[in-house]
Amino acid sequence: MSAPRIRPMLVKRDRPSLSLKILAPLLALVAATLINLLLYLFMGKDPVAVFHAMILEPFISFPSFSEVLLKTGPLLLIAEGLAIGYRAKVFNIGAEGQFIIGAIFASALPVWYPMATGQWIWPTMLLAGALGGALWAGITAFWRVRLRANEILVSLMLSLVAIQVLNYLLLGPWKDPNGFNFPQSVMFQYDAMVPLIIPGTRVNASLLIALALALAAYVFMQKSFMGYKLEVGGLAPRAAGYAGFSEGRAIWLSLLIGGFAAGLAGAAEVAGPIGQLQRSISTGYGYAAIIVAYLGGLHPIGIIFSSIVMAAIYIGGDNALVSADLPIAAVRVFQGSLLLSYLMAVTFVRYRLAFARPVSEVPA
Amino acid sequence: MIALEFILSGMLAAATPFLLAALGELVGERAGVLNLGVEGLMALGAAIAFIIVYHGGGHVFAFAGAGLAAALLSLLFAFAALGLQANQVAAGLAIGILGQGLSALVGKTYESLTVKGLPKLAVPGLSDLPVVGGLFVQDPVVWLSLAATLAIWATFAFTKTGLLLRAVGENPKAAHSIGYPVIAIRVAAVAFGGLMAGFAGAYAATVYTPLWADGMIAGRGWIALALVVFGTWLTARIFWGACLFGAVSLAGLAAQAGGVELPSQLLASMPYLVTIVVLGIISSNRRLLKLNGVASLGEPFKP
Repeated sequence: MSAPRIRPMLVKRDRPSLSLKILAPLLALVAATLINLLLYLFMGKDPVAVFHAMILEPFISFPSFSEVLLKTGPLLLIAEGLAIGYRAKVFNIGAEGQFIIGAIFASALPVWYPMATGQWIWPTMLLAGALGGALWAGITAFWRVRLRANEILVSLMLSLVAIQVLNYLLLGPWKDPNGFNFPQSVMFQYDAMVPLIIPGTRVNASLLIALALALAAYVFMQKSFMGYKLEVGGLAPRAAGYAGFSEGRAIWLSLLIGGFAAGLAGAAEVAGPIGQLQRSISTGYGYAAIIVAYLGGLHPIGIIFSSIVMAAIYIGGDNALVSADLPIAAVRVFQGSLLLSYLMAVTFVRYRLAFARPVSEVPA
Repeated sequence: MIALEFILSGMLAAATPFLLAALGELVGERAGVLNLGVEGLMALGAAIAFIIVYHGGGHVFAFAGAGLAAALLSLLFAFAALGLQANQVAAGLAIGILGQGLSALVGKTYESLTVKGLPKLAVPGLSDLPVVGGLFVQDPVVWLSLAATLAIWATFAFTKTGLLLRAVGENPKAAHSIGYPVIAIRVAAVAFGGLMAGFAGAYAATVYTPLWADGMIAGRGWIALALVVFGTWLTARIFWGACLFGAVSLAGLAAQAGGVELPSQLLASMPYLVTIVVLGIISSNRRLLKLNGVASLGEPFKP
């Protein structure tokens, strides 16, 4: 055995405090911002200009902030759905695919019936999208519950397949005949668009739907017996089994909720700011929402805040592209480093650092 | 017959990115660590290697640089997941996103550029055989990958290092209590996994299809992760699995060349669909997974 020495150790806290839980994501945000600004400096960009464009402008300029709200909708929706699954230890990382399939299901209506009118159209599209997303996630659930396949890999593979389905439709049957051969569908009719709620902006009613569902998620996860069963079913399947809760049901429910929410987000995107089905309907929302879910502490209320932060990073990245010539890939680097910083910071919510000799090295 | 010859001669090269990344992940998983960041590690390796070759640094330095960069990034994962006990699934995803972002960032000005690959080396005599002759004409990295497969198989089968890796993956408490540095061994295994993923990316971007495009790894890192499951954590089966995927990715091209009318999107989805189907088949065989699975995979260990 080596000589006894003093070294840092992680000691579990009896009870993590709420203020620490709130501090962790803030600390992570500050750390990630500093690291990334340093990176921009290294890349020869002006960090002050980037900071202004990326961090300040989304909040101080109203047009910019309205775009933040617009992006908050899909991120909030997807992340709320994912967080329910993650708390039940069901790792659905295929929200990107569920989002795309949702967008496709929603688009079917205006693509097939471009002349249809009536206020029923956009709600029907949102519902169709949500069902499409749930259906796509249902494949993963079947594979996991019936075949015991790893849901991480299956859901991710299905996302890659979904992109190809989208490409197939846009280059083939759903291509706009008058679209100069661009891979996109026809522009949707007026009644296929979710109504706007803030005049002069692109913010639409789907943000209100997302907020309402976030509150529903709060009631479901924090207050209902069903939510409790779900969480226990994932955390301790054996114990849950003895108590009569089924692991399989927890997996099905987690994935269907996650797919439903992601599909709804996809539908709201094509029936909202985009107004048609096209290749770039998602700029990685499905993956960014994973970060949003964790950053919000997997808590329905926390996620409201983290989705605004993530939306601001997207908009800030766009701003910095224009005003400080920052490559758009910088957003992905920021996202990755933010999640990593958060995961490290959260360690100190659960543990405290102590300097001591481990028990195993105390001489007998 | 021509299609068969085409698949046989190209299969090993197509399999190599899968094989290298999966072998690296195998070592990490055998030591009990699930690193989901392979896709990002490969992407970073691919970008770094491409840049080095593009500027005339040569393939040896390119592979070294790619391996080093990916190993460093995987050490960041190790610091979070093993040092700070962060959630392994989430930390792996974070590294994946970070790696893909970094690759796009450094590779931005090289988008769609190409470099020269590597010449092929033929095995004298065998390469003249009819039909299967193409199997024996491969670039040097393919030959080295086969050697690496053998070396890793032998390490697990015969050496103390192999036993040690398996011990910390199966029962870290027991390994710790008889004095083995569990965390240090796991960190080393993760770094090795990163190194191999970097090589895999380097091969993809500078030898197999010598060009750089953002997103060019196209899910191959994720398929490598699935391959470790297909191979039920056994080196030889992972090798055959990688060959299968190499063949699948060529079969589509062969079918197209043979005049079979299939939407190109279906061909592009083929590897993903095969992954989903095979995952279902292998995973439903619980005995197989129990027999060879890693008992403490993904579980944190605190000494």
